[in-house]
Amino acid sequence: MSNIAVRAENLGKDYVLKSETVHALRGVTFDVPEGDYVAIMGPSGSGKSTLLNLLGCLDRPSFGELYLGTENVATLNDNGLSDIRSKRIGFVFQSYNLIQQLNVVENIQVPLYYQGKVNRTTRKRAIELAGKVGLGDRLDHRPQQLSGGQMQRVAIARSMVNDPYYILADEATGNLDSKTTDEILCLFEELNAEGKTIIMVTHEDEVAARCRRVIRLRDGHIESDLPIEQDRQKYHYSMPTTEQPEDEEEDVAVTQAQAVTSDGFSVGDDELVIGGSSDSHDEPEIEVDIDE
Amino acid sequence: MNALMSLFRTWQLGIKSLFLHPMRSALTVLGIFIGVAAVIWLLAIGEGISQKAQEQIASLGARNIIVRSIKPPLEKLGDSNVAEFGLLRKDFNLLVNTIPQIEVAIPIREMKISFSFGNNDMDGRLVGSTTDYFNATKLKLAKGRFLSPADVDKNKDFCVLSMGIAEALFPHDDPIGKRVYCPTNQTYYEVVGILRKRTASAGIGGSLAAQDYSRDVYIPITTLNQRVGDVTRRFQSGSFYAEKVELHQATIQVKTMDDVLTVAELVKDALRTQLESGKGDIDVIVPLELLEQAETTRMMFMIFMGLIAAVSLLVGGIGIMNIMLATVTERTREIGIRRALGARQGAIQRQFLVETITLSIVGGLVGVAVGLLCPVTLEWLRDTLIENFPEEMESLPAEVRETVPIIVPISIPVSFGIAVLIGVIFGMYPAYRASRMDPIEALRHE
Ligand SMILES: Nc1ncnc2c1ncn2[C@@H]1O[C@H](COP(=O)(O)OP(=O)(O)O)[C@@H](O)[C@H]1O
Ligand SMILES: [Mg+2]
Repeated sequence: MSNIAVRAENLGKDYVLKSETVHALRGVTFDVPEGDYVAIMGPSGSGKSTLLNLLGCLDRPSFGELYLGTENVATLNDNGLSDIRSKRIGFVFQSYNLIQQLNVVENIQVPLYYQGKVNRTTRKRAIELAGKVGLGDRLDHRPQQLSGGQMQRVAIARSMVNDPYYILADEATGNLDSKTTDEILCLFEELNAEGKTIIMVTHEDEVAARCRRVIRLRDGHIESDLPIEQDRQKYHYSMPTTEQPEDEEEDVAVTQAQAVTSDGFSVGDDELVIGGSSDSHDEPEIEVDIDE
Repeated sequence: MNALMSLFRTWQLGIKSLFLHPMRSALTVLGIFIGVAAVIWLLAIGEGISQKAQEQIASLGARNIIVRSIKPPLEKLGDSNVAEFGLLRKDFNLLVNTIPQIEVAIPIREMKISFSFGNNDMDGRLVGSTTDYFNATKLKLAKGRFLSPADVDKNKDFCVLSMGIAEALFPHDDPIGKRVYCPTNQTYYEVVGILRKRTASAGIGGSLAAQDYSRDVYIPITTLNQRVGDVTRRFQSGSFYAEKVELHQATIQVKTMDDVLTVAELVKDALRTQLESGKGDIDVIVPLELLEQAETTRMMFMIFMGLIAAVSLLVGGIGIMNIMLATVTERTREIGIRRALGARQGAIQRQFLVETITLSIVGGLVGVAVGLLCPVTLEWLRDTLIENFPEEMESLPAEVRETVPIIVPISIPVSFGIAVLIGVIFGMYPAYRASRMDPIEALRHE
């Protein structure tokens, strides 16, 4: 059986302005199982940001339900939403959004800080995560001393520190050049291969192509919600060529992870069973049942 | 323990944030620091001045009432060639006999005169009084004895010398038993005692201003009346000049402090005709009243200082609020990030409040430190000024030249406490503003 990371049921958002009401999201329904890697696409104004804000518990829906795991968060108050954000959700933003006055390790720990859980153990974990994203030698650097790609790595480490239900990435590669974009996407793929659920807003086909599934929005509706192969066939874009791994350890892991997806496993949106612990650095053992 | 730890972390974070803009933080601290230091300094200087005034008044004796004869201006004396003024013996006796609360009453006559012994002579002051004078002024003997009541009763020609006169007239000999000569009225007085040096200060024998007692010669008042009489003549500016005075001063000591004001009223009543005649030849000085006045003045001063302090701290507080509001706006993005990562509104509010309070605590501490330096700094300043501008400093009144600031202990916790309170009050609004930002809007902020 598989666990649901997040489920939206007829989720909608209206912005009530003085003269009119904007129906930004007109009731969308979908599940994201644990371990999925979803791209949310759509033209400008289609409701991507609105949906992302709802999934990130930054905003409350006007109607509908939103379940994180089994908890309905649609009706939580501000403090409740804050607590959910600090415990259950990992954010990666387009503009990195690190805190200037904190160093790498401190930035990674911020979500824990608001759970009142900063101590020696969590610091060790933050250092581990920094190492995992390849910044083991930059622990006490401030954001100003890092490149864009490095800052985004810190943000990714930060998004994982609270062991969230899912990582929300909003145009996470939008500010990066193509080489760095590839590195960051590899990192996401590695995390996903370890079992992390990732939901990413993007407008680039090349980025979406490296996910498992694409949800396309239009005018506040879901236009299509397809596994990547079918989405590609329907919307006519090419799959990325898998780049040759360099002799870095993380790239090896990434290649292995990619091998799982490009080996013809089509990942459906129904059931996904992940064996093995998500903390394990071994190659995850993934069983996929396609029920269609 | 946990709460303490989290407060500590918030505070740590606050420090880091404040160090993002060290100059701005320093300027904010400055506003508070000036306020706190000013409070401590002003109060210390005020306390120093009032302490000095009180010492002076207290040295007159809180249980005393002093009636002084004052020589009126010449135009008020009329055409007579003898200036006649001052307290009369009959009035003095009336006071002593009719007011039971009076413990002792000391009549005093004094005149400027010169003294000689052998080839030595010296100008000084001849003071006629009673035995009580020595007790009331707490004078100390260096040698011999005071004048006794019997000396006063029998108009003895005995005298007690102050150290200054004794040293001038008898550089080599023991003065006791020798006879001092007064050329002005051709009288001799046998020395029976010598007083120790007495610091120049206000006292029984003097007015409010500090006087020089080092050239006094004391004789029984009865002897002075008999030998010299009430009229004294002096050759002044080419013509003879005479004045008739029965008593120059009466110092009345009341049994208890509670009676002072009542007795003072009685005394003023008894002397009303003379007090109100317009001639103005008598003055009644009540040190206790002066003390109370000084106390009132001190209170007024304190209130005034308090107002100044309040205003300067208020200005500092508004400065803090201003800067914190700017900081909050500037850090909108950071607030958005923190909110997105799970900070509750309360956590944001606490963070900014802690920053403001940290600023005001630092301002308070620096202010207290600089405040404590007040006495040292002023002493150094005075020494420097005296060294570089001796004449100008000499022309300043003694109160200004000699005042030593006294730090009022309560001013330290109070001013520090107010500084912190200011931080809390003026930090509240910016912190509230920060916490109420919409996380989505804040994240979008450039
Ligand atoms: N805060 C808001 N107030 C009013 N209308 C909004 C607000 N945010 C978004 N909208 C409107 O909702 C619709 C969806 O916007 P958005 O979710 O930002 O789309 P996208 O991110 O896909 O470009 C748009 O028509 C937009 O104008
Ligand atoms: Mg958008």
